[in-house]
Amino acid sequence: MNGSTAPKHPLDGLLRTDRIPHIWCPGCGIGTVFSSSLIAISSTGKDPANTAVVSGIGCSGRGAGYVNLDSYHTTHGRAIPFATGMKLANPELTVVVFSGDGDLFAIGGNHFIHAARRNMDLTVICVNNLNYGMTGGQAAATTPHLAKTSTTPRGNPESPFNLPLLAYASGATYIARWTMLHTRDLTQSITEALTRTGFSFIEVLAPCPTGYGRKNRLKATDMLKIYQEKAMVKNGINPAETILDLEHGITLGKFVEYDRPTYAENYKAVCGE
Amino acid sequence: MEPAVLTGEHFLNGDVACAEGALAAGCRFFAGYPITPATEIAEHMSKRLPGVGGVFIQMEDEISAMAAIIGASCAGVKSMTATSGPGFSLMMENIGLGIAMETPCVLVNVQRAGPSTGLPTLGAQGDMMQARWGSHGHYEIIALSPCSPQEIFYQTITAFNLSETYRIPVLIMADEIVGHLAERVIIPQSSKISLQSRPRAKGRKDRFKPFHPGANGVAPMAHAGEGYMVHFTGLTHDERGYPAMTADAQAEMIERITGKIQRNLDKIIQVERYRLEDADIALVSYGISSRSSLAAVDEARERGVKAGLLRLITVWPFPEQIVRELAKRVKRFITVELNLGQIHLEVQRCAEGRAPCLLVGHAGGAVITPEDIVKKILEQT
Repeated sequence: MNGSTAPKHPLDGLLRTDRIPHIWCPGCGIGTVFSSSLIAISSTGKDPANTAVVSGIGCSGRGAGYVNLDSYHTTHGRAIPFATGMKLANPELTVVVFSGDGDLFAIGGNHFIHAARRNMDLTVICVNNLNYGMTGGQAAATTPHLAKTSTTPRGNPESPFNLPLLAYASGATYIARWTMLHTRDLTQSITEALTRTGFSFIEVLAPCPTGYGRKNRLKATDMLKIYQEKAMVKNGINPAETILDLEHGITLGKFVEYDRPTYAENYKAVCGE
Repeated sequence: MEPAVLTGEHFLNGDVACAEGALAAGCRFFAGYPITPATEIAEHMSKRLPGVGGVFIQMEDEISAMAAIIGASCAGVKSMTATSGPGFSLMMENIGLGIAMETPCVLVNVQRAGPSTGLPTLGAQGDMMQARWGSHGHYEIIALSPCSPQEIFYQTITAFNLSETYRIPVLIMADEIVGHLAERVIIPQSSKISLQSRPRAKGRKDRFKPFHPGANGVAPMAHAGEGYMVHFTGLTHDERGYPAMTADAQAEMIERITGKIQRNLDKIIQVERYRLEDADIALVSYGISSRSSLAAVDEARERGVKAGLLRLITVWPFPEQIVRELAKRVKRFITVELNLGQIHLEVQRCAEGRAPCLLVGHAGGAVITPEDIVKKILEQT
């Protein structure tokens, strides 16, 4: 930072500016999702000292390292159970899990469905770039069928999860999907998630030009065009009817929001004094 | 609220005594997953924790249980999990996270015979080397080994105290026999139980470095929600907690997490010496096997052989210095353990060829009897 004359950014207070530059590649979408998250955290008006960010491993998992809040960069896939322990130990904390699709839905998939089932009071933001970026673009549990990655050179023989549907079936009480192009809607959703009680899940599509893009001949801007052209905003639609298909359409919106007791509320009601 | 310390005389199995020890130590968060023969610890914690203002959660697996107790501890609550071999294997990666994040917590392994599913209902001490080196990388760990329900009660308190003092996960390496053995357990008044708490952050919040060691090598800890805006990571990090991807930073961090233990060995290591003063033969044992060893010492003495026992209360860090000293004067060591030679290797290493090192081992599933040990003692005299 060496006393530069660069004007202070409004979000600098929430950033570990001494850790910038970050590791994210040119054209990567994580930074935009990260910005939206910080704007949302800031707009809730809550005391930042009471907000903790927990990440797993991967490109998005580095998010915790740049945020000037109590922040925990845990093991691969285990951000949600770590956050679960933290939230139960101090219910006053607002706990945000910021991580990627590989971390949250392959190695950490089991924890996701159980935290959703418990309606654990967490906000889970999943940056979905359709592949493992950090390790060089391997297939993930979100990679489209037939898409090329460094471990599916002939095309992906598998089919991806539809994350909002998985979240819904598991019991999440707030579910939204946006792309990093839809920053206002995304910021709005994260703000709503942070200010409500219960398990909130927000999936955000983000380009990975270095990994997914390179193998599938999609420049970062091509991916943004797809987001723009294929987006179908359908708020309130049943998650079973949502699709994520780069050719035929990407259903976006806030799909689910309802109230049911959280784990802590149920624990108090059932086991409390 | 119910009392956390159940002062009085009880008849408890080791698992329940362990849970009561945890409550007496101030543990208020338990995350676990059912597994024989450790399940009773979780069951007892699920029954007792709500009554003392704590939280019990049954997680979806042992990986998440270990992650959850580290998360809870980072928010300032003393936390514990309990498991057995297969679950212990699953917890290994997050034990390393606790080591790297220097986060206090206690993990109980009620050992059963392995490898793999092994003998779920029968005891063994086959995870002792896994306790030392099971997580990847180079680190120090503290592991205790109880020989009775009464001892596991106290050791659980000790485990929490060590864990808090040195900001490190502490292992209690029990076994199925101690876990399921019911005996008299005396729980003292809470005023008689000495408890330690982790060193806490103070001073200017914007200048606080969460991994800057204090006088004893241990850094004061700031909890989530206290306004210090700390960063904790499993990546190699500097004193600010910031990732630092260099060999120098690695050397510095490993020195920090190993040095804080190595420089305090005299405060950490506990052993019990039984009839060792004039012993020609030193038995070295721990946990349930040390009880058979105790009987064997008396039996051998009656037969005119000067035997003694070095009972390891702390198994890791290994009491190297004590074994080295003994090696200068005993004629031989016999390590007694429910595996085919794990701590035996440590005794050999520290004896440095000064005294022959023999083993009374067993693959697990039964107890080593005093007769087995006496036979070995007499064979060699």
